[in-house]
Amino acid sequence: MPAEPLLRIEGVAKRFGPVAALDGLDLDVAPGEFLALLGGSGSGKSTLLRLVAGFETPDSGRILLRGEDLAGKPPQARDVGMVFQSYALFPHLSVFDNVAYGLRREGVARPEIARRVAEALAMVGLQGMERRMPHQLSGGQRQRVALVRSLAKRPSLLLLDEPLGALDAGLRERTGFELRALQRRTGAGFVMVTHDQAEALSLADRVAVLEGGRLVQCDAPRVLYDRPATRFVAEFLGGANLLEGRAGADGAVECPAVGCTLRLPGAAPPAGAAVSVAVRPERIGLLPATDAPRGANTAAGTLRELAYRGEAWVALVATAGGQVLRVVLPGGAAPPPPGDGVALAWEDGANVVLKE
Amino acid sequence: MKAGRRFSSGRWGLALGLGFLWAPILLLAVYAFSADRIPFQWGGFSLRWFRSLAANERMLEAAWLSVRVAAGAATLAVLLGGMAGWALARFGRFRGRALFGALAGAPLVLPEVVTGLSLLLLFVSAQAALEAFFGWQADRGAFTVLLAHATLGLAYAAVLVQARLATLDRSLEEAAADLGAGPFTVFRTVTLPLIAPALAAAWLLAFTLSLDDVVLASFVSGPAGTTLPMLVFSALRVGVTPEVNAIGVLFLLLAGLAAAGWWALLGRHAGRAPGA
Amino acid sequence: MMARRAAVLLPPWLWLLFLVAAPVAVLLAIALAAPGDGVPPVSPPFRWEGGRPVWQGGEALEVLREEGWHLAAFLRSFRTAILTALACLLLAYPMALGIARARPERRTLLLALVLLPFWTGFLPRVGAWIGLLRDGGWVNGVLMGLGLVESPVPLLYTDGALLLGMVHAYLPFAVLPLVAALTRLDPSLEEAAADLGASPAAAFRTVVLPLTLPGAAAGFLLVFIPAMGEVVIPELLGPPEARLVGRVLWEEFFRNRDWPLAAAVAVLLLLVLIPPIRLFQRLEAR
Repeated sequence: MPAEPLLRIEGVAKRFGPVAALDGLDLDVAPGEFLALLGGSGSGKSTLLRLVAGFETPDSGRILLRGEDLAGKPPQARDVGMVFQSYALFPHLSVFDNVAYGLRREGVARPEIARRVAEALAMVGLQGMERRMPHQLSGGQRQRVALVRSLAKRPSLLLLDEPLGALDAGLRERTGFELRALQRRTGAGFVMVTHDQAEALSLADRVAVLEGGRLVQCDAPRVLYDRPATRFVAEFLGGANLLEGRAGADGAVECPAVGCTLRLPGAAPPAGAAVSVAVRPERIGLLPATDAPRGANTAAGTLRELAYRGEAWVALVATAGGQVLRVVLPGGAAPPPPGDGVALAWEDGANVVLKE
Repeated sequence: MKAGRRFSSGRWGLALGLGFLWAPILLLAVYAFSADRIPFQWGGFSLRWFRSLAANERMLEAAWLSVRVAAGAATLAVLLGGMAGWALARFGRFRGRALFGALAGAPLVLPEVVTGLSLLLLFVSAQAALEAFFGWQADRGAFTVLLAHATLGLAYAAVLVQARLATLDRSLEEAAADLGAGPFTVFRTVTLPLIAPALAAAWLLAFTLSLDDVVLASFVSGPAGTTLPMLVFSALRVGVTPEVNAIGVLFLLLAGLAAAGWWALLGRHAGRAPGA
Repeated sequence: MMARRAAVLLPPWLWLLFLVAAPVAVLLAIALAAPGDGVPPVSPPFRWEGGRPVWQGGEALEVLREEGWHLAAFLRSFRTAILTALACLLLAYPMALGIARARPERRTLLLALVLLPFWTGFLPRVGAWIGLLRDGGWVNGVLMGLGLVESPVPLLYTDGALLLGMVHAYLPFAVLPLVAALTRLDPSLEEAAADLGASPAAAFRTVVLPLTLPGAAAGFLLVFIPAMGEVVIPELLGPPEARLVGRVLWEEFFRNRDWPLAAAVAVLLLLVLIPPIRLFQRLEAR
């Protein structure tokens, strides 16, 4: 029997005027879980966070924290912490006073506050920074103060709104690892909003993909990446190639836009059915046109563009059928120059049939 | 939008404050249409005080003088204040900038009695000098009021224009120059339209300040320069008359029209508040 | 380039020198001058006697020092201005909160409602208070109708009427900087406070108030500075014995025709106001 979820969202809907920000959303977060809410702007991910924190009221549906309905509870009465995208550090208070703010509101005794603030700051390596003001800190330091300010109250659920969004690229990965470690250490449930798929995949136990106020798919990163359920997820995560075709009598799928035949793993679709298939760019092999293989899951084409990205090459190949496919090659490879004829080939397992 | 239900006390406070601000004005507007001799006493609907106002030669004369002075002062204020604001926003640290800025800002912060008295003392000295050197007997009056009001308006115009220019994206002007516009064309086609709302606001502000001022005018005016507020002030010293209420209604109407025009003007600029 | 700059700078420079700097200089000179019988009623501070100048000015400063009632007027003005500014601030804070928290498209309308009274004629507004507050006036009628008083209470020409009129006239000045400060405040700061367990009152006390204090100070000074020199409202609504600085200056000048004394009062007022003006400018420059 599964444990009671830490957070349960039941059919939550929220409209802003004519716009439906959330449209009947269901979602569970287990205790100690790190969940990422992934979606583009307007997907409703930030609204969901603000509903859980109590800054907005849902139009319908329920939000339960450890089985208790949060309706009517103001933000200050919820056992939920929030890390704002802007960090929202109080500019007139020192680092110490910022971190102590929540404890003071709780009426924690003075020596206990000092102890817990010191402990919290030590957790993120900010010892000795107590007297600094927020404007005297670097972006990364500010982010960590915001983080421990929310954690100092030891909430059972921490909400993070684009926590790495304001950091520069170099700092992001390191801070991401720190976030992960902090989550394990505190055992709190983390719900993080992000529009960055790499961030979601690398940090979270599970990733919930939102589109237009609806939950599209919620799975472990590996599953989400390898087996996207819909075209949206496939495109949003890693820019998969989408191949449209129609199943033949033998179960193979004819794909005229590329000029290839696809052989699907698993059960063959009924003859005549329209089939959408996602193929990850890094699972396609690129060969010189001279040793072009034949048969299913191969295509001929011309190398259009080539971009070097250090650890990989990204190639755009115009296939015989006209559709352009994205191919990612290992950085050590020596691809032919653009303009050359090339051949593409991939395994059956790379074909992921989308439910749509 | 956010935090709507928190601090709903702000809404009550706002209603209370607006009620306090508007109650006397609304009562004034209602009782201006009362037939009773005693102000703020209802004696049936009547336009008699507007009619008596229209028949009051002195009032009409003073009002016409006030409008002309206000229009002239506002125009001068926008021209000079626009230049001053431009210099303060764009010329960097030119020589004497601190003094220039202090002088341009002084009328904003000096009490009216101080400005009025010092201007009058200057005018008197200037008159004495003119008479001594040129034998010319200059009289104080509408012209000296105009100078005083233009000086006050200048200060407001400089602040508004400087604030607008400070928030202006300079790359717009650079883009125009890059596209081949000369400095004057850049000013005419890009800068001027962008600061136009601030200039319009400055003109309106200077106009109303002039139309409303009694202290400066009382000091610097002469026998031939009785403005409307001076007349109203002397009337109020003896006690309020219903005619003053009628004037208040006309002011209210004018202010409402100006606000509506302003609204329409801003509406075209997608609701961007000038200099705010 | 330089020529264009000069063309822009010269007109305002000349205007400001002649109509702002020169008047203040003349004011200072006349404050030191001796009263006279001519037109204008001033004599130079020096008299020539046997080819050498003899100091005869400074009498006005002497009078100011010796006759205590001029200084009493300063104290009374100071008290009135402080009370006015405090009352304005007290009314303005909730108003500014209401405006800052309104939807942005409604905010402009609310601000216009605060500013429009400012544009409906200063004198008719003061006149309205005269009509409303006098013995047989509207306010007394309401008080008697409610059975709160038996016979009309004297309201007009009292310190209360003076304060009421001052607050009514200057309230918009206090609202504006507060609205600016409150709208500049990042709304997520208050949300963060609530999220960390602060009640709305605690969030206001610990976050909103300290962060908008400069705006409140600016609003206070914006009312205090002109209120110090106010002359029309005390004249029309206040008690005859309420001798505020502006009125004293006005009377010395127009009634007693003592120009040096009026100028000396103006100079003293100017000196008194320099610190608050500097403070205000410091706040604005932030």
